[in-house]
Amino acid sequence: MKKKQPVKIETVKHVLVPKHLKLTEEEKGEILKTYNVSSVQLPKILKNDPAIKGLKAIPGDVIKIFRKSKTAKHAPFYREVI
Amino acid sequence: MINHHVHKKIGQIQFGLMSPHQIKKMALAKVVTPELYDKEGYPVDGGLMDVRLGVIDPGLRCKSCGGKLKECLGHFGNIELARPVLHIKYVDTILHVLRSTCRECARVLHNEAKIKELKDSLSDNPVLLAEQLREMREISKKLKTAKKCPHCEVEQKPVKLDKPLTMVEDNQNLSPVEVRARLESVSDDDVLLLGLNPKFARPEWTVLTLLSIPPVTVRPSITLETGERSEDDLTHKLGDIVRINQRLFENINAGAPEIIVEDLWELLQYHVTTYFDNTLANVPPARHRSGQSLKTLTERIKSKEGRFRHNLAGKRVNFAARTVISPDPKIGFNEVGIPKKIAMTLTVPEMITTWNIDYLKKLIDRGPKSYPGANYIIFEDGKKRNITDETKEQLLQEVTIGCIVERHIIDGDISVFNRQPSLHRMSIMAHKVRVLPGKSFRLNPAICNPYNADFDGDEMNLHIPQTEEARSEAEVLMPVETQIITPKNGLNVIGCIEDSISGIYLLTKKLSFTREKACELLYSVGVKTPRLPQRATVTGKEVFSSVLPKNFSFVGRSSDGEARVVIKRGNLESGIIDKNSIGEDNGDLIRELYKLYGDERAITILGKLFRLGTEVLLRTGFTITTADSEISSELLDQAQEQIKKANKAVKDIIQQFEEGKLESMPGLTPEDSVEMKILEILNKVRDTIGGLVFKETDHDNPIIIMAESGAKGKKLNLTQMSACVGQQALRGKRISEGYNNRTLSHFKAGDRSPMARGFIEGGFKSGLKPHEFFFAAMTGRDSLMDTALRTPKSGYLYRRLANALQDLKVEYDNTVRDANKMIMQFSYGEDALDVAKTEGGKLNIQRILDSIKK
Repeated sequence: MKKKQPVKIETVKHVLVPKHLKLTEEEKGEILKTYNVSSVQLPKILKNDPAIKGLKAIPGDVIKIFRKSKTAKHAPFYREVI
Repeated sequence: MINHHVHKKIGQIQFGLMSPHQIKKMALAKVVTPELYDKEGYPVDGGLMDVRLGVIDPGLRCKSCGGKLKECLGHFGNIELARPVLHIKYVDTILHVLRSTCRECARVLHNEAKIKELKDSLSDNPVLLAEQLREMREISKKLKTAKKCPHCEVEQKPVKLDKPLTMVEDNQNLSPVEVRARLESVSDDDVLLLGLNPKFARPEWTVLTLLSIPPVTVRPSITLETGERSEDDLTHKLGDIVRINQRLFENINAGAPEIIVEDLWELLQYHVTTYFDNTLANVPPARHRSGQSLKTLTERIKSKEGRFRHNLAGKRVNFAARTVISPDPKIGFNEVGIPKKIAMTLTVPEMITTWNIDYLKKLIDRGPKSYPGANYIIFEDGKKRNITDETKEQLLQEVTIGCIVERHIIDGDISVFNRQPSLHRMSIMAHKVRVLPGKSFRLNPAICNPYNADFDGDEMNLHIPQTEEARSEAEVLMPVETQIITPKNGLNVIGCIEDSISGIYLLTKKLSFTREKACELLYSVGVKTPRLPQRATVTGKEVFSSVLPKNFSFVGRSSDGEARVVIKRGNLESGIIDKNSIGEDNGDLIRELYKLYGDERAITILGKLFRLGTEVLLRTGFTITTADSEISSELLDQAQEQIKKANKAVKDIIQQFEEGKLESMPGLTPEDSVEMKILEILNKVRDTIGGLVFKETDHDNPIIIMAESGAKGKKLNLTQMSACVGQQALRGKRISEGYNNRTLSHFKAGDRSPMARGFIEGGFKSGLKPHEFFFAAMTGRDSLMDTALRTPKSGYLYRRLANALQDLKVEYDNTVRDANKMIMQFSYGEDALDVAKTEGGKLNIQRILDSIKK
């Protein structure tokens, strides 16, 4: 019997997974300034989250997520990597 | 009272275990006898009700502090246990320590390097340390798999917990004495690595040698009507403990055989365990003589009836009333009818001033027994005096300016009205008091919607605010008119209902009056200067317009979506007013009024509209009879014809299916496709029959009027009454189960015909056949069960949601944050719209443009 090869799913390419982007230090600073927060006050994302696998993010980075929204069409979201 | 000085501020709280030393230090009496009282009924010294532990009888003084009842808060005592017992709430900790330390040398089973590493990582900061200890505990939990002690090389045996509280090491029971000895020998340094802080929680303190006895005031006895004393559950339990403990002492001292001592020991362990928690699995709960289980420490704190949810989160208040509600369409929306009896019990404090002294004195004179009277007087020194027929004269002499009179509530007082479950803010609103005869609260049926109330026996609560601050807060923030628009979706929760909708519908559709009658009608509604044209007869539309403000303009639609409702400068020019304009949830006209004229004016106009509708019906008469759902025999024949045709069509489809000729619909099995097709046909029949019925029925038919105006019922209801009830559905499908392959024994197995699957051919009027009746009962029962099961489920879901989200808040920058200012949403609802200011969650751009153009 052949061993069953596990189906490889590329999570990032799935339609339901919105685009994730790592912000540069300047962009991060800008976001923190607009919302007047320190980075601990941002929502969190695990560094081994499948959606940011390819981004080489390290704890402390901020990820911008381009979410779709029923009410506003586009709703950017920011999460800090931990 | 506000000028309290804060003398001390809590900087930190340290939780820990109570050491025997601490228990002893705290104790003011040692309990040695299970007896409670002597022959005279005086508490026995050294008993559980010892006067050194506090007093619960009036007249007695506490021997420890000299305080009387209510002055002395009570003091702790203690019992010296003959043999140590395990504390049930700490068996996990005990097990953890036993498993992670060596059975010989009592060192932690980490190797030296690891010990050093962990020890160095510990911080001096107590807050940080607590956090680190939690981690330590997790780390050391992995040690239970260790085979050998890295320090003395002794082989380790697995320790198991024989539920609920026996420690077993390699099939050998460990007695609490042995357990305690082992825990004692663990060094302070090692205890830290196990996740405990030895300063506050030495592991051996989890094995009790001394038991703290709570003060008498914690477990007061109740004197029954018969004069008998009934002790608190805790006292009972402690009595058991003391009794067994004494016997154990005696037996040990007398040198009784080991078996007897062990039995007693085990019994003592049982009693101490159930003293802490009487709801444990595998431990039979201790019971009263009546068989009811005792409520011990854990049960006092836990769950809905426990201290937190019952006493701390759920407080009870005075100046409240509760009774059945009933409707009164003639009182205002912001009023509530209050029975006289309640009005004479609830009071409002009013201070005597130069201006009201005569009025208040009159109330005092009337006393508590005649209606607008008063119940109490509070003098300036704070003394409260009851007003009675005897004291009245004297009190009248004594009252001065500055005294406070607690007078009966009268018309116009502010009250807070509430119906549970209080799911949204409209569940509690402020109403003006209206004292009425009778024994129920009266409310206008139009405000049932926000309270979700009906009159099938619902009860509601009423509160009377007692301070000026509370009153003004209720009056400004909570009145009914401020709640016309719900923050859920920006639609109006208050509007006209039922009779008033059909009344206004008739009025604006076809009625006309003589000028006199019209004036009379309007006057009864509260319009004193009607704007009616100088004509002998006026139309209903003109009467309706008289209620509207002079400069009001509005364009809307009626429910059927065809007729345009046009109001120009306070004149209804065309269109029929129905549910779509003045109804609940979708009354465009009401929302427009609210927006343009504010809450107070909107509610008065709305109240007038409501009254107008009902008054019109009262004057013109409106009723239905069985004859209104009668249809001609030709029409009935036509309906039967349609059903016959459908039956034929279904038969054809079934035949095709059975021959395998039926083409399956995409994504469906052949079986599902037949069902789908059949269902489509059957639903269509009822609709066509419905169409036939409406073609024939007169538009003056009251059932039609109610359906078209949106007052009550749908057109479907008329079809069901007069011609055809239609297909009964169970879980979205035709009825298909019951017997093997058939629904009822009347049918052949595998019968897919409409009749065998719950299609009801007749109307309610002509009557249902037995099997049809059964099918109708099936769906009826199903929906009943569904609602009965769903309500508590969704209630609990809501509770969890509300608790999780309760302190989220929209900040000024539109972000949603919690109490720690952590961001939850970057923009409220992602579009940052205030839903309360939208129409059903959306902005009506067209309407905004129109208003600008004007």
